[in-house]
Amino acid sequence: MATAVMTTLDPKSRSAARGMSDLTIRNLFIIPTIVFLIVFNIFPLLYSLGYSFTDFRASSAAPANFVGLQNYRELLNDLFIWSNFAITAKYVIVSVVGQVLVGFGVALLLNRDIPLKGLLTTLLLLPMMLSMAVVGLFWKLLYDPSFGIINYTLGLGSFEWLSNPDMALYAVAITDIWMWSPFVMLLSLAGLSAVPKHLYEAAAIDRAGSFYTFFRITLPLVAPILMIAIIFRTMEAFKTFDLAYILTSQPTTEVISIRLYKMAFQEWQTGRSCALAYIVLIMILAITNIYVKYLNKVKER
Amino acid sequence: MAAVTTSTERSLNKLAIVGVLIVTIIFLAPIYWIASTAFKPRNLATTIPPTVVFQPEISPFVKLFTKRSQLRTAPTPEQYAAAPWWERLVFDGGEKVVRSGRGEVQWSGYPSRFMNSLIVAITSTILAVGMGTFTAYGFSRFKVKGEQDLLFFILSTRMLPPVVVAIPMFLMYRAVGLNDTHWGLIILYTAFNLSFSVWLMKGFMDEIPKEYEEAALVDGYTRMEAFFKIVLPEAATGIAATAVFCFITAWNEYAFALIMTNRRAQTAPPFIPSQVGSGLSDWTVIAAGTFLFLLPVAIFTFLLRNHLLRGMSFGAIRK
Repeated sequence: MATAVMTTLDPKSRSAARGMSDLTIRNLFIIPTIVFLIVFNIFPLLYSLGYSFTDFRASSAAPANFVGLQNYRELLNDLFIWSNFAITAKYVIVSVVGQVLVGFGVALLLNRDIPLKGLLTTLLLLPMMLSMAVVGLFWKLLYDPSFGIINYTLGLGSFEWLSNPDMALYAVAITDIWMWSPFVMLLSLAGLSAVPKHLYEAAAIDRAGSFYTFFRITLPLVAPILMIAIIFRTMEAFKTFDLAYILTSQPTTEVISIRLYKMAFQEWQTGRSCALAYIVLIMILAITNIYVKYLNKVKER
Repeated sequence: MAAVTTSTERSLNKLAIVGVLIVTIIFLAPIYWIASTAFKPRNLATTIPPTVVFQPEISPFVKLFTKRSQLRTAPTPEQYAAAPWWERLVFDGGEKVVRSGRGEVQWSGYPSRFMNSLIVAITSTILAVGMGTFTAYGFSRFKVKGEQDLLFFILSTRMLPPVVVAIPMFLMYRAVGLNDTHWGLIILYTAFNLSFSVWLMKGFMDEIPKEYEEAALVDGYTRMEAFFKIVLPEAATGIAATAVFCFITAWNEYAFALIMTNRRAQTAPPFIPSQVGSGLSDWTVIAAGTFLFLLPVAIFTFLLRNHLLRGMSFGAIRK
């Protein structure tokens, strides 16, 4: 505190610093961040918008030719792209439903009188703090048909998880459920602990069954926060790249991010991939809009 | 629910305890398996039935850090005697440590990739949390026109799939020579984490009473002095929690690192998977690399467990 007293007593420094008005400070604090984000998020997107109307290939020295809407027209008529979107949708549904069932289920269990609740909750959070790429790599070993521990524990013999096209997407989803159920659990737990106890007491006095209590009291009160978890996870699952890319290279697990990556950095169809990125962007914006509407609804309560 | 303690409640509770224990064991089993494989001798890593009890070794870690080659002939007793203890571990595994003409040990790519991860994650965390703290204070204390829209814009920058942003960034970076540099990744991760940092820090700032600074202003502090001497110390725990979240995100990031780097500035997440060859992979070495990489995050998770809830939920939950 000695320094503080000194500065207040020193009239020179006081008058010098007083020169900075609140308005200046506010601008100084906020504007750099906004500018930074515009330069590194908005500007690149505009840059790629230009390329999306060309046949530019970053791998060749040939100049970009303007092709108008051709990229968009071709992409929207490409059945393979639509199948990538269908795979993404299937993946999102399987993994989000799985996470909600597991995460909410565990939260219901943890919401009872459990010894060492804090420790167990922390331990359960570990999977989601890890790197998806590195975890994906290791799950390859766990899934291995000849020496993987999963097949051994479940007694599945030499069941093919990742090289079987029908199973691979579910295998990726299972790993995702393992990683992110804890997130749903965490939010559900917060929602559950906020339900007023007296509601349960009243239900008990009315001799309401546990079925009735769950569907009439617990679920409606936890629903808003559970919805936030679902929206978050849906958006994240839509963006999935690393886990699916590392675990398998099946055509059946080629989610839209992987298709986009291959188109841009393996086939070097830069212009076309920029157009696809914009199609994805518009879809994300649509999902985001739903999210914001819902968030506002939750706030109104 | 404690108020209602019937016998059915009690037995339900017992069931819940058993259920939670089973779930915890299932969820931790893969992590345990990574950790235990990192200490196994190579021939026990892929046995069926799986080896649970074994004599732990640190040879996977020695192998992780050094370049090795297959032994064609067994080392002579003189070579064996001249080698340090850790090199003998590699001999025992049927391999030898590659040395240069001058006899210097050749390091593997892992230590430099791990260092790259540290440099990039720590620098971008400092930048993101620093800028985020200032911006959050600005939004929390002053009137800003279109505040909600600006905050939403900031959040929206995090919603794009990394691959979408990566394509134009790759072209721009190539044009200005930022590809495969530390700064290239640092800028990207800072941009990515900044949104999160602003939102999280705003939650913490809103909870610091304005009266603290007002009192300081009355005492003759300037606004800046009040911010640095009163507000920042109050926000310290929030800053620490935000920093850990930003660090974990930058530490774990894969897609940008895969696209933007290839050798010099490559971080561990794209490097470790690239070490799995098509032939016989040494899973103990991969496990050792994975284990070391996961360790900092696991430690942070434990240290910061009380702040996790608010951080992960974007302030959706106020306690």
